[in-house]
Amino acid sequence: MLKLTIDGRPVEVSEGTTILEACQFLGIEIPTLCHLEQLKAEGSCRMCVVEVEGVKNLQVSCATPCWDGMVVQTKSERVVSFRRLILELLLANHDTDCFNCPATGRCKLYQYAMEYGVEGSRFVRFKEHHPKDESSEFFNYDPSKCILCRRCVRVCNDLQVNHTLSLKNRGPDTWVGLPFDKLFKDSNCVSCGNCVSVCPTGALTAKAAKSFRIWEVTKTRTTCPYCGVGCQMDLLVKNGEVVGVEPAHGRANPGILCVKGKWAYHFINHPDRLKTPLIRKDGQLQPVSWDEALDYVVEGIKKIKEESGPDAIAGFSSARVTNEENYLFMKMMRAVVGTNNVDHCARL
Amino acid sequence: MEETRVVLDKAGEFLPTSARAYEAVGGYTGLRKALADPDQIVEIIKASGLRGRGGAGFPTGLKMSFTKAAAADHKYVVCNADEGEPGTNKDRVIMEEVPHRLIEGMIIAALAVGADQGYIYLRAEYPHVKKVLEKALEDARQHGFLGTDILGSGFAFDIQLFIGAGAYVCGEETALLDSLEGKRGEPRVKPPYPGVAGLWGKPTLVNNVETLANLPAIMEHGPKWYRRLGTERFPGTKLFTLSGNITNPGVYEFPVGVTIRQLFEEVGGGCPNGKRLYAIQTGGASGNIIPASLLDTPLDPESCDGVGATFGAGDLMFMDETCCLLDVLENLTEFFVKESCGKCCPCREGNPQLLHLVRKFRHGTAQEGDLDLLVELGKAMTVGCLCGLGQMAPNPILSVVRFFPQVFAVNNAYAREVS
Amino acid sequence: MTNSIAEVVDADVVLVLGSNTTEAHPVIGAQIRQAVKRGAKLVVAEPREIPLVEDAHIFLKIKPGTNIALLNGLMHVIISEGLYDRDYVENRTEGFEDLWEVVQDYPPEKVAEICGVDVEDLKEAARLYAQADKAPIFYAMGVTQHSTGTAGVMSISNLALLCGKVGKYGCGVNPLRGQNNVQGACDMGCLPGDYTGYQKVANPEARAKFERAWGVKLPEKPGLTVTEAVKAIEDGRVRCLFVMGENPLLSDPNLNHTEEAFRKLDLLIVQDIFLTETAELAHVVLPAACFAEKEGTFTNTERRVQRIRRAVSPPGEARTDWEILDELMRRLGYENNLGSPEETLREIASLTPSYGGFSFQRLDREQPQWPCPTPDHPGTPILHVGRFSRGERALFKPAHYVPPAEQPDEEYPLLLTTGRILYHYHTRTMTGRNAELNRIAGRSFVEINPADAERLGLQQGARVKVKSRRGEVVVDAVVTDRVDEGVIFIPFHFADGAANRLTNDALDPIAKIPEYKVCAARVERC
Ligand SMILES: Cc1cc2nc3c(=O)[nH]c(=O)nc-3n(C[C@H](O)[C@H](O)[C@H](O)COP(=O)(O)O)c2cc1C
Ligand code: SF4
Repeated sequence: MLKLTIDGRPVEVSEGTTILEACQFLGIEIPTLCHLEQLKAEGSCRMCVVEVEGVKNLQVSCATPCWDGMVVQTKSERVVSFRRLILELLLANHDTDCFNCPATGRCKLYQYAMEYGVEGSRFVRFKEHHPKDESSEFFNYDPSKCILCRRCVRVCNDLQVNHTLSLKNRGPDTWVGLPFDKLFKDSNCVSCGNCVSVCPTGALTAKAAKSFRIWEVTKTRTTCPYCGVGCQMDLLVKNGEVVGVEPAHGRANPGILCVKGKWAYHFINHPDRLKTPLIRKDGQLQPVSWDEALDYVVEGIKKIKEESGPDAIAGFSSARVTNEENYLFMKMMRAVVGTNNVDHCARL
Repeated sequence: MEETRVVLDKAGEFLPTSARAYEAVGGYTGLRKALADPDQIVEIIKASGLRGRGGAGFPTGLKMSFTKAAAADHKYVVCNADEGEPGTNKDRVIMEEVPHRLIEGMIIAALAVGADQGYIYLRAEYPHVKKVLEKALEDARQHGFLGTDILGSGFAFDIQLFIGAGAYVCGEETALLDSLEGKRGEPRVKPPYPGVAGLWGKPTLVNNVETLANLPAIMEHGPKWYRRLGTERFPGTKLFTLSGNITNPGVYEFPVGVTIRQLFEEVGGGCPNGKRLYAIQTGGASGNIIPASLLDTPLDPESCDGVGATFGAGDLMFMDETCCLLDVLENLTEFFVKESCGKCCPCREGNPQLLHLVRKFRHGTAQEGDLDLLVELGKAMTVGCLCGLGQMAPNPILSVVRFFPQVFAVNNAYAREVS
Repeated sequence: MTNSIAEVVDADVVLVLGSNTTEAHPVIGAQIRQAVKRGAKLVVAEPREIPLVEDAHIFLKIKPGTNIALLNGLMHVIISEGLYDRDYVENRTEGFEDLWEVVQDYPPEKVAEICGVDVEDLKEAARLYAQADKAPIFYAMGVTQHSTGTAGVMSISNLALLCGKVGKYGCGVNPLRGQNNVQGACDMGCLPGDYTGYQKVANPEARAKFERAWGVKLPEKPGLTVTEAVKAIEDGRVRCLFVMGENPLLSDPNLNHTEEAFRKLDLLIVQDIFLTETAELAHVVLPAACFAEKEGTFTNTERRVQRIRRAVSPPGEARTDWEILDELMRRLGYENNLGSPEETLREIASLTPSYGGFSFQRLDREQPQWPCPTPDHPGTPILHVGRFSRGERALFKPAHYVPPAEQPDEEYPLLLTTGRILYHYHTRTMTGRNAELNRIAGRSFVEINPADAERLGLQQGARVKVKSRRGEVVVDAVVTDRVDEGVIFIPFHFADGAANRLTNDALDPIAKIPEYKVCAARVERC
C-alpha cells in the first residue's frame, strides 16, 4: 500500500492507483473531459491536472500513478487558473448559443465554465467549423460544438472497433470526421450510438435530445430486452415515458450498446401497445374487463381439462419475460393445469 | 580552435558505408569488447555518465537499466533519427560520415538490454542519408555484424530503416513509436515509459543518434577515459550546430562545457560582414533566445539553465543587429502551430492564440493586457501541455519577454503611446 | 456459454461458427473485434460473407448445412498432425478411439470438397485453433438450427475437448443465445422434460421434491415441445394453447402449416404487449407489461443473472405477466401464491441448486453466473474446470455428416438459408415500432449471387417470388456475392415476406429444433 496526501487528507491506495482514482475514493471532484473509465487514459484534455509537490509540471491525474509519500494539491491557485485557461481556450472556438443546444443541462463544458467562473474567453476565434451532419436516423453531428476530447473516436475505434470516426488533419485544424468526408448515412456507421453516449457536449446528440433536459429525467438501471448478451443500461424517464437509453458498465458490456439497445425503445410508449384485455366476439377481438377475460380463460381451461384431460392443454412460455414469470408459467402449467406440455420458443 | 572528435573520430578518412573500412580505423572494437561480457555494458555506461543527446539529457545507463530489467518476449532498440528541430543537423553528419558507428552503438545497446530488433526512424527529408544507411546496414549484415549470429557470438539482432512522414512531433519518442506502429503520430501520455512499454507495448530503448554513436568509444576505452572530457555532470563531447548570421556555419564536435563565445568567435568566425551580434537562439527552435551579453555561458545543461539559455541538442542560431525578434517569434510560432499534433488542448488551441498575440505586437495593434495574456498562456503551456512540443513552444516568446522587454514595447502602437 | 464474454478480449485465436456475431450479438461482436485489434487471429466459418469476415484471418465460406463435415475435417487435421492435447485427452476424456473412428473418414481434401472451401485454409484454421493457448469457439443458430443441430453442437465440443480447451480461461464452447432470456426460460424449466435447473421430470426424486414444495401431485408424462405441440394441435390432441410473450406465427418453420393448425384450436390464449400475428388469431388476449414496467431477472448467454427494474407504469390496464399468472393460478384454484417477483426468486433459489445463491438484494450489488449454489458462492465464470457435470471425464460424441434434410433439385435448385440482420430483432414486434429502423431496413429481401441473378435476368432491387415446397413469398432481390452461387438468404424478421413461410420443419431428433437454416428453394421474377 502507498501512503499519500491529497489536499491535506491522508489516503492509502494500492500500487498502480491513479491520482484520479485516489481522489474519487476520497470524494474529491476532479473535472475531466477526455477520460473514459473503460479505456486507457490518454491525458489529452488536461482538465484533470493537479499539482504534485516536487514536480515542476502539472500532472494529469487520470494517467499519473500514485507513489508513496506523494503530496498532491487538486485545487491550488496554479491548478485552478490552468483549468480556467483550458476552458477559455475551448470556449474561444465553441459555438455558445447554448439556448439552442440539445446538450443544455448535461454539457460538461458549460458545467465546468460555470463551476470555474469562466464567463467568456479572452481569446479569439480562429476556426472555420465543418458543416453539420444530420444524415443519421438517430443522431446529429455539429462540429461547432466539438471540443476534440476524442472520446467518440476512441469509442468507435477501440470499443466498437467500427472505424467510422477518425481524427482528420493535424494541430489546430484537427477535427473529427468520417473517411472521405462522407455523411453518416453513407458510411459504414452501424448506428450503435456509443459516440453519442460519450459526447460531453452538444457535438453528437440524439435526435430526440431536445425533448427533455437531463434534470427532468430519472434513470433506472436495467437489462436490455433484446439479444442474449444482456447489456446493462439506464432508462431515462420523463413524465412516465422512456425518452432515452444510456449504456451502463455491465460485466458483458464495457459501457457500450448496439443500435437496438440504444435506440429501439419506442415500442415501450407506442400507441399500438395492448391496453385492455380482448375477447373474440362475433369473430372480432373486443375490449373487455380483466374479470371477464380471466374468467373466460379459467372456464375455458377447466372445460377442456374436464373433457379431454390436462394434456389437451399446452403452454408456450417466453424467452423475453423474466425468470420469475417463466417459473410461474411452468408452475401454473404443471402444478395447476397438470400437464408437462410447457415449452418456449427459444429454439429460434 | 581544434575540434575534439570522439563521435566523429576519423570521419572523412574512410569510405563511410564500408564495414571493413570502418574496422580498419578501429571500428567495431567496442562491440567486440561488449560481446565478451554483455552483462557489464549497462554498468559501464552508467559509470561513463553518458547522457542523452536528443535534447532531454536523460542518463543513458539508467534508461538502459529499465529496459534491461523489464521481462518480455521481445524488446526493441529504436534510434531516433528524426532530427526535426530546425537548426539541428548533427545527426545527419554522423549518419553520413560514420554510419557504422551508429550501427555499432545500436548493437551494443541491444546487447545491453536484450533486444532482438532495432529500428532507425529517419526523417523523410534526409533522402541522401537513407541511401547511406541502407548501404551501411547491408554491408554490416554481409560482414556478420547484424543477423542471427553476430560475430559468432550467437547473439541475434537486426536493424530496419523506417522513414518518417515529415512531422516534427514524431521526434518525440512516444509519437515516434506510434508512427512506427503505423498510427497517427501523437505523443502518448507517460507513464508507462517506452523503456517498459514502448513499441507494440514491449520494452523499448529509444535513443538519439548521437547518444548511440557514443557507445562504441565508451566500450572501447572505458568510462574513465570517457569522463576526461566534458563536465562532471555531462561528460563527453557534443556536436554543436552553428547556424544563422555566422561566417562558418556547420556542425562541430567539442567537449561539453565549451562557451558560446568560443564557438561563435573561434569556430564560427563571428557574424558576417562585421555586423554586431544581437541575439542567440539556443537549443533549437523551441529554445530560449538570449542576448549577446550571455556569450560567455558554458554549453552544458546546468550552466545554460542557470542563465536562462537552453542546452537542448546543442544548436546555436546567431542573429545579428538587423534581425527583428518579432519576425523571428512569428516565424517560430507559425512553425509550432503547424507542427502541433492536435492531441492536447493547450497546445492545439494555445499555439494559434500565441501566434495571434505575437502578430498583434508585430502589427502594432496590441492592447493593454495582451502581453499579460501572452505570458499567462505561455507559462501555462510550459507546465501543462502533454509533450515537449507544447511545453517548449512558448520558450522563445517567454525568453524574449525576459531578455528583450523593449521588443514588446517599441513595435507596439499602444506601448509607444504610453511610453 | 461455458466461459464468460469478457474473456474473449484476451483470446489468441477466436473461432466463430454459424454466428453473425456483429449483427445478432453486436456487443460480443465488438469485443471479438477488440481481440482482433489487440492481435488475436479470427477464423470465421459461415455460408455468408457476414461483416465479421472483414476482420477474419481465415474465412471458410462453407456450404449451408456442412458444419459437421467441417468440424470433423478440422479434427482430422489436428489428430493426424499430432496437434491435439494428449494430456488432456488422456486424463479428462473418454472415447478418443471412437472419435477417430468417425473422424478418420474426413480427410481435409474430402471435407474441402463437401464444404466448398480451400483445403489449405481448412488446415491452417485447424492449426491456428489447436496451437492457440486461449481460443474460444462461438456459435449460434447457424449450428443449432439444422436437422443435425445437436450433432453439430457435440462436434463443436469434441473439437474443444480434443484441444484441451474446455474448463480453461479464454476458451470454451460458447453458444450465443438469440433472445435476451432464452437461457432463463430454459433454466426455469420451461421445457417439457425439465423442472428448474434441468432437474428431470422423469426423475422421481426431483418430482417428489417439487410436489412437496408446491403441495400438489405432478404429472409424470413428459410434455410436448413447441413443434410437437403444433402437430398435436393439428390432429386435435391439443385443444387449448396458452402463448405468453411469443409470436410463433412468424417464428415457426413452415408458417402456413402452423397457421392452419392454430385455427383449429378451441381456445387460444395470447398474452403479449402487442397484437402480434399470433394474437390476431386468439380467442382471448391478455395485455402484458414490457421489461421497462416490471421487476425481475434475466439470465444472459454467459449464465449471468441480472436485474430488470420498473422504470414506467404499464399502459392502460396492462399488467405484468407475473400479476396475470398469479391471478390466473388463484382463479384456477391454487392457493399457495407468492407475494411478489422477489419472493418468486426466493422460491426458485430454494428449489434450484444452481440458482441457490441469488436474491434481489444480492443482484443489486453483483451479478454472478450460475452455478451459484449459496449466497456466499462467487458464481462460476468458467464451467467444467477440473470436473465435468458427468464426472471426471467428458465423453467424445462423434457424429457423421449428414446432408440437410432437403437438398436442391431441378424444381428447387437453390439452397435457402435464413438469419438475422442488425437493425431488427426477432419478429419485429419491438424494433418494427421504430420508424428510424424501418427506414434503414423496412422490407424483407433475398440475397442472391450475381451469377444466379444473371441466369434469372434479375436486376438489383427487383421484386421476386421465392418459393419452396411449403409456400412462397415476394421480396426485393439484393444481388451480392455475400452469398455463393446456388445459395440465397432471407432474414426471418418480416411478416411480409416471411422466410418461415418457406423453411422446413424437419426436426433435429434430440433438441427438436427445426431446420431453419437450409431448405431447397426457387426464385422467380414477378
Ligand atoms: C517535439 C519533440 C521533438 C523531438 N525531436 C527529437 C528528434 O528529432 N531527435 C531526437 O533524438 N530526439 C527528439 N526528441 C526527444 C525525444 O523525445 C527523446 O527524448 C530522445 O529521443 C531520447 O534519446 P536520448 O536519451 O538519447 O536523448 C524530441 C522531443 C520532442 C518533445
Ligand atoms: S503538446 Fe502539442 S504536440 Fe504535444 S501532445 Fe499536445 S498537441 Fe500534441
